[in-house]
Amino acid sequence: MSHSTVPRTRAEADTTKKTPAASGDAAGPRGGKRRPGKLSLRLRFRRDRVLLLMTLPAVLLVLLFNYVPILGNVVAFQEYDPYLSDNGVVSILHSPWVGLENFQRIFEDSAFWNSVRNTLVLFVLQLVLYFPIPIALALLINSVVRPRVRAIAQAVLYLPHFFSWVLVIAVFQQLLGGAGLLSQLLRDHGYDGLSVMTDPDTFKFLVTAQSVWKDAGWGIIVFLAALASVSPDLYEAAAMDGANRWRRMWHVTLPALRPVIALLLVLRVGDALTVGFEQILLQRDAVGPGAAEVLDTFVWWNGVRNQDFGYAAAAGLVKGVISLGLVLVANKVAHLMGEQGVYKK
Amino acid sequence: MTAVPEATAVREPAVVSGPPARRPRPWVAPPRPVWEEKPSRAGLAGKGLVLLLACLGILFPLWIVVVTSLSSRRSIDEAGGLVMIPKDITFVAYQELLSGGQVTRAALVSIGVTLVGTLFSMAVSVLCAYGLSRSGSLGHRWILMVLLATMFFSAGLIPTYLLVQSLGLTDSYLALILPSAISVFNILVLRGFFMGISQELIDSARIDGAGDLRILWQIVLPLSRAVVAVITLFYAVGYWSAWFNASLYLNDQDMLPLQNVMIQLVQKQEAPVGLGQAIKTGELSGLAVQMAVMVMALLPVAVLSPFVQRHFKKGMLTGAVKG
Repeated sequence: MSHSTVPRTRAEADTTKKTPAASGDAAGPRGGKRRPGKLSLRLRFRRDRVLLLMTLPAVLLVLLFNYVPILGNVVAFQEYDPYLSDNGVVSILHSPWVGLENFQRIFEDSAFWNSVRNTLVLFVLQLVLYFPIPIALALLINSVVRPRVRAIAQAVLYLPHFFSWVLVIAVFQQLLGGAGLLSQLLRDHGYDGLSVMTDPDTFKFLVTAQSVWKDAGWGIIVFLAALASVSPDLYEAAAMDGANRWRRMWHVTLPALRPVIALLLVLRVGDALTVGFEQILLQRDAVGPGAAEVLDTFVWWNGVRNQDFGYAAAAGLVKGVISLGLVLVANKVAHLMGEQGVYKK
Repeated sequence: MTAVPEATAVREPAVVSGPPARRPRPWVAPPRPVWEEKPSRAGLAGKGLVLLLACLGILFPLWIVVVTSLSSRRSIDEAGGLVMIPKDITFVAYQELLSGGQVTRAALVSIGVTLVGTLFSMAVSVLCAYGLSRSGSLGHRWILMVLLATMFFSAGLIPTYLLVQSLGLTDSYLALILPSAISVFNILVLRGFFMGISQELIDSARIDGAGDLRILWQIVLPLSRAVVAVITLFYAVGYWSAWFNASLYLNDQDMLPLQNVMIQLVQKQEAPVGLGQAIKTGELSGLAVQMAVMVMALLPVAVLSPFVQRHFKKGMLTGAVKG
């Protein structure tokens, strides 16, 4: 790395030609615009090759496991036969093409529409019952001023986020299952035991409750950060103007949270068709597909279990395309609302 | 692509390293500003109650799990199932599970996959994050776009499954590590943090003759301990909690990690291999065994995550704006 023609630092590269006298000044390159044509591509490559090399492993992994499989979606247009070969690629090459037949079958399949319905119901349920809880909890924690109480409460509330879904469901099973604590208590008092874990009627509420238990505490972090960045002067000024604590919350705190809420709503809507795949898959057999089948488990069931790969891939493709559309639309809406979405324009 | 300024440090003066300064009388609230009304007694009590209930809602189930796992067959039978108040503490369930056999093996598999996977993920992510963090470097915008785009789509379960199969990763532990090795979100969090490190510092190191790797190792990483700790925890928890890939790609029962064994033992109520007899004859409580497996799954995260807790906000916030 000792070529005299290559600027030794990126800062030098940017500053030497601009103001030779003030090399390494405070302005620096950060935040500054890249000026094209300053250095030839070859020189820049030679300067940055180590950086490029550093990104290589991650880029390769992403290309291999995120981009290459996109091509695999061609099986959605095939009568894919997994037994043609041990190698999936060879099987794809030899499987017959069937055009849009798989998609036709999907749209005529009542099980598919059932999974769509379940997905949407769960999404709405989680939006209504889950979404407000972290906000309320964050306001509550934020109003607790004793540092140690805050720290302990946060430690406890964050904890379940780090549990696996297997564990969370096992815990719920011990509490609400047929042999669980609730049934145990009911039986002790002469009632029949009941198993919430296998009841299709209440399953969607159960799933929502599990999500709340696991992740609502974790959800407060983002809101706490937003709350901490509100200037205390605003509160003082509002108090001077005679606003009581509720009015201060309404006029100062909530507007401060608005961008975060908008961003999270956007993310949620963009993810509407993904409603807890692992969580539901783990409970699908206990409850039955009628109430527990969502789009992701529909794909899993037909592909992995029934080995009907073309059909499953078609369903996955439908979901993926609609999801992509949802994210983009949600972002557009966020931008129109004047908030910063997932990506900047 | 801007780094997010440290907006969090307003309320809590974050102690990044070293022993935390002794806070004087932490149970006493800091003085209230004069303009703030005195809280009403009812309001305080209400807040305390809600907070207490929320915490109990999380801790009580865990308490029952732990206590039952430590209970003898007799006290479990007396309680008619789950034990709420510990009577006679015994570690017999743990002894049985950890004296070789299915659960011991599964726990070792989980520990191994978590250690190797986390190390691999961190190495790849930190390198990539640093490689993308120097503004004006060749092509970093393009690479960033390639990574960011993956947050908007997923190739789908079936094609990914077919790919992993075609790569010959079935029945290999690589199938548990490689497909989910990096999270673009985590890379962005790291990158956001690295970008906040002063360029002057890095330039001076470069003038002293340090290459990019050395700068990363000796300057950037030591300055980023907090965020590195958070991301390491995220990755480690991810590997520790994962079960789905194992259920897809591992056919050999003996290779399964702890979470998958927990599904068999707790959800499907099967007895652990080799312990069925002891449970039937009544020496060992099946329930205590189930609970002990659950405790083994939750203990590492429950012990580790509070240590990293004070850095969570930093990690989450830098990543929240993806720029």
